[in-house]
Amino acid sequence: MDRLIYMDNAATTRVAPEVLEAMLPYFGGEYFNPSSTYKAAGKVAEKTAGVKETIAGILGCRAKEIFFTAGGSESDNWAIKGVSDALKDKGNHIITTAIEHHAVLHTCEFLEKHGVEVTRLPVDENGFVKPRELEEAIRPETILVSVMFANNEIGTIEPIAKLGKIAHSHGVLFHTDAVQAFGHVPIDVEKMNIDLLSASAHKFNGPKGVGFLYVRSGTKLSNLIHGGAQENGRRAGTVNASGIIGLGKAAELFAAGMEETASYEAALRDRLIKRVLEEIPYTRLNGDPVHRLSNNANFCFRFIEGESLLILLDQNGICASSGSACTSGSLDPSHVLLAIGLPHEIAHGSLRLTISKETTQEDVDYTVDTLKKIIERLRGMSPLYEDFVKNKEK
Amino acid sequence: MSQVTDYSEKVMDHFSNPRNVGEIEDASGVGTVGNAKCGDIMRMYLDIDENQVVRDAKFKTFGCGAAIATSSMATELVKGKTVQEALEVTNKAVMEALDGLPPVKVHCSLLAEQAIHAALWDYAEKNNITIEGLKPPVNDIDETEEYYQMTGE
Repeated sequence: MDRLIYMDNAATTRVAPEVLEAMLPYFGGEYFNPSSTYKAAGKVAEKTAGVKETIAGILGCRAKEIFFTAGGSESDNWAIKGVSDALKDKGNHIITTAIEHHAVLHTCEFLEKHGVEVTRLPVDENGFVKPRELEEAIRPETILVSVMFANNEIGTIEPIAKLGKIAHSHGVLFHTDAVQAFGHVPIDVEKMNIDLLSASAHKFNGPKGVGFLYVRSGTKLSNLIHGGAQENGRRAGTVNASGIIGLGKAAELFAAGMEETASYEAALRDRLIKRVLEEIPYTRLNGDPVHRLSNNANFCFRFIEGESLLILLDQNGICASSGSACTSGSLDPSHVLLAIGLPHEIAHGSLRLTISKETTQEDVDYTVDTLKKIIERLRGMSPLYEDFVKNKEK
Repeated sequence: MSQVTDYSEKVMDHFSNPRNVGEIEDASGVGTVGNAKCGDIMRMYLDIDENQVVRDAKFKTFGCGAAIATSSMATELVKGKTVQEALEVTNKAVMEALDGLPPVKVHCSLLAEQAIHAALWDYAEKNNITIEGLKPPVNDIDETEEYYQMTGE
């Protein structure tokens, strides 16, 4: 198998050739530190400042509200720890959800050890947070609501505008981890009542190790990384000029063709989902069929385990991921699959396939054809399937 | 952890081309261990002749790459052995035969040992005999680990 079929675009994406080209000069001739005083450095600083304009144009905010970070996890850490610290006199209660990325969940767990109270909202069987449940969870001492824009495993897109509105009606700040959404779905921070938003470049054909946090002007937020005066003194550390310039180029590229990309991906995704559900028995789709990321499909195949499935897919040149315990490194399968109410034994047999605009129909068809053979083989080895068939025959 | 690169060549071989997959009709002994909640279930079938020699062994396993590889190796190791010798196919023996397992997968080899014991126990019960040193099977991997901690292994 020479060809690699990459179905793991939620893990990371390929750096677009235009992005790489835009970045290269800043490793070479234009290596200057943008914070320095001389003209040569000033040109680099202008370039990175321009990236803030690009992002601001996409989000409907001002350039000075964008702060560059080292990626999504840092942005999430900064937003949550920063609000918790800055508003500690106002309250010590944070509301988040059961299906957040670990960058949010583990940050909240850390804060719990320091006296912060955390409410984790449950989700329904499709992964939606219920606005009414958010409303009921807000207390006088609530200082922050953090709900992801779209889930990284099951692709469900949350009703962010509604949730943000509820938070604001109680005078509570609203953060969204938009790592899977920014670059894929339209976001307007004004209309959607967002005060803080995390994003990461490598999820939309940009480089790894760079992202940003949008911070609405006037939002009380303590700094996370202390040091020099970069990012208005809010986030220290030598500016990652090449990375930021790559982020900017990637943002320009998706902004120019987002609708087109989304409809292309959605059509392929729906073909993938339809074929898998029709051709492989005892299979379920995880996440909402409609309000989901255009690149995401997530399934559970009964009677089999995810890691075996991934290894066999890999041997057939297909890169994918799973929420099984063996791939999470613990005894429990994915917290997201458990939160949507799946029993452990079903959650162990999950598979996430995430496509991109580079994925072809041929890729999708080859993946489904291969998947059918692998699942048949693994079920043929499975004592659970053996028992199931025997019980059915009775 | 789940990286294919953490598995030895032997583990990958036994996972990709598992030996002795299947069932034995009217098996002399059948044992099922593990639980679906933890993501591993192993079922071992043994065909044992009148001289108490394992003539054939088959398995079915629901689980990760290591679970399938250890099942496959365990069936290979017990074939041709007497019941008493089969009892001595420990998790360590299975692991060594596979050139080791990543630390998080060691429990799979415990499961393989338990599967052998459970099948032998079933055989002993069916034939109303006692196999010296054989303890009743534990049908849960968590209990299995506790069991090993208790016995100091």
